[in-house]
Amino acid sequence: MNASSKGLNVKTRRVISYVVLVIVTIMCLFWFYVLFVNSTRSHADLTKGFSALPSSNALKNVNSLLHSSNIPILSGLFNSVVVAAFTALLSTYFSTMTAYAIHAYEFKLKKFMFTFILGIMMIPTQVTALGFIQLMRKMHLMNSFIPLIIPAIAAPAVFFYMKQYMESTLPLELLEAARIDGAGEFRTFNQIALPLMKPAIAVQAIFSFVGSWNNYFTPALILTDDNKKTLPILIATLRSADYLKFDMGQVYMMITFSILPVIIVYLILSKNIVSGLAVGAVKG
Amino acid sequence: MAKKKSGTVLRYNRWGYIFLIPFVVVFIIFQLIPLISTIYNSFFEHYFKNGLTEVGPTFIGIQNYATLFSSGDLPKYLGNTMIMWIIGFIPQILLSLLLGAWFSDPSLRLKHQQFFKTVIYLPNLIMASAFAMLFFTLFSDGGPINSLLMQLGILSEPYKFLSHAGSARSLVGFMNFLMWFGNTTILLLAGMLGIDTSLYEAAEVDGATSTQVFFKITLPLLRPILVYVMVTSLIGGLQMYDVPQILTNGQGNPARTTMTLIMYLNKHLYSKNYGLGGALSVILFIVTGILSVIVFRMNQASEK
Repeated sequence: MNASSKGLNVKTRRVISYVVLVIVTIMCLFWFYVLFVNSTRSHADLTKGFSALPSSNALKNVNSLLHSSNIPILSGLFNSVVVAAFTALLSTYFSTMTAYAIHAYEFKLKKFMFTFILGIMMIPTQVTALGFIQLMRKMHLMNSFIPLIIPAIAAPAVFFYMKQYMESTLPLELLEAARIDGAGEFRTFNQIALPLMKPAIAVQAIFSFVGSWNNYFTPALILTDDNKKTLPILIATLRSADYLKFDMGQVYMMITFSILPVIIVYLILSKNIVSGLAVGAVKG
Repeated sequence: MAKKKSGTVLRYNRWGYIFLIPFVVVFIIFQLIPLISTIYNSFFEHYFKNGLTEVGPTFIGIQNYATLFSSGDLPKYLGNTMIMWIIGFIPQILLSLLLGAWFSDPSLRLKHQQFFKTVIYLPNLIMASAFAMLFFTLFSDGGPINSLLMQLGILSEPYKFLSHAGSARSLVGFMNFLMWFGNTTILLLAGMLGIDTSLYEAAEVDGATSTQVFFKITLPLLRPILVYVMVTSLIGGLQMYDVPQILTNGQGNPARTTMTLIMYLNKHLYSKNYGLGGALSVILFIVTGILSVIVFRMNQASEK
């Protein structure tokens, strides 16, 4: 009797949770669905109002966007890929190296450095932006990708993730063995430690790439030449331009261009990303 | 032999410093020097009149800080930022707690958890500026949302979402909620899965309902993670920029009610008002610094 009433209870609760989860799913995906539908519609069609079904104008919109004189979309895509790829590469490689320094060696400043790096983790880039831009102007690095890429070498959050991961996967005995075999320290890092860190590097490379791909604040201050601008800056220019003059199909296609690469990569790798997040979460 | 060994160990350990060089050098050049020069700038009057004539730099002590507070701009924009953060944070924490509790409840045996987690985390990875541009077009006066609501007969004429303080702030808050609740759910879920299951079994034996279990066991044990989530979200909230900037084209419309602190800072950076911009940066640095110390202490405590 008791068991059956309890069983019913669980069943109702399960139904409720599924209903809520479906609503939440719709709430998350609705906007992107409308975006994809609208990017397949022509400007004339779009002015008529909302439509739940896609139209056949997608290729025309892509074409007009690629040949648009106002939006340098191809150079924007190229710039975004270059900046994000190098950021991901440098950030993961050097953060692993920094974590390796703290993990594999005993030295006087070890504890201090570890605490220090964790301490600066929360400093927002915005609060140093003023001095940063002044310095970049003095170094003649405005409109260069260097101020956007090189700072990724010092990424405390990536460092912290790598350090946590090393503790569970990189035994010091292994490094000891490599030394006995006569491998140099730099070679041990590159050929023994780095391959073992591949799963962690993959997760952090994705996050670094996405973070840089989406970044708007700093690039907007550094990149002012049209042919140097990255996608988020182009989106902002789109917003500040006389909006009513634009072909709306083109605007929606532009937004699709900016977010679709990330969505595709995420859907392919989502299993690793979501579980990787949980790993960091338990430890953080 | 022994002597040789300790010598080599010392030689090895020198590599600890060598491997730290890239991090330290990059940190000093791209973060420390800019930070120091930002602080230095905050004590000088230095700006460009009408964008052309350079004024200063003249040392004026803490005059810039006084100006920020007395002009009323700083309190106003801090207020805006906090209001929009709260609008996003409250539904975020409630929904995350609910979803976390369901995902971690073994008696519910929810299927397709991976799918739902993937979906709720998705908005977090979307380019905030593109997302804001999308919302701007969707919620514009003649946009799809208005036409949908009119087709459904909910509205008789378009509602100007971006012309009312309440709806504009709610849109920003809603977007922040949408972008961050998946992340918060996964954090809280990890915490909930870490709770000793024997506590739940004991409660079940005692005949506790799932609501009682949630409020009497899960929530109290989750307190440290909740505080962590709240403080890190607050730090993130203070940095709110991309969404309101793009949504309102940097104007903070209507009547600067959606202007955040970082949008204000950005204005000074563009107009090259180094003095006021510097002072504002320093204030933000101190506030996030205090909040970070809280997070840092909590992490230290949880490691022990």
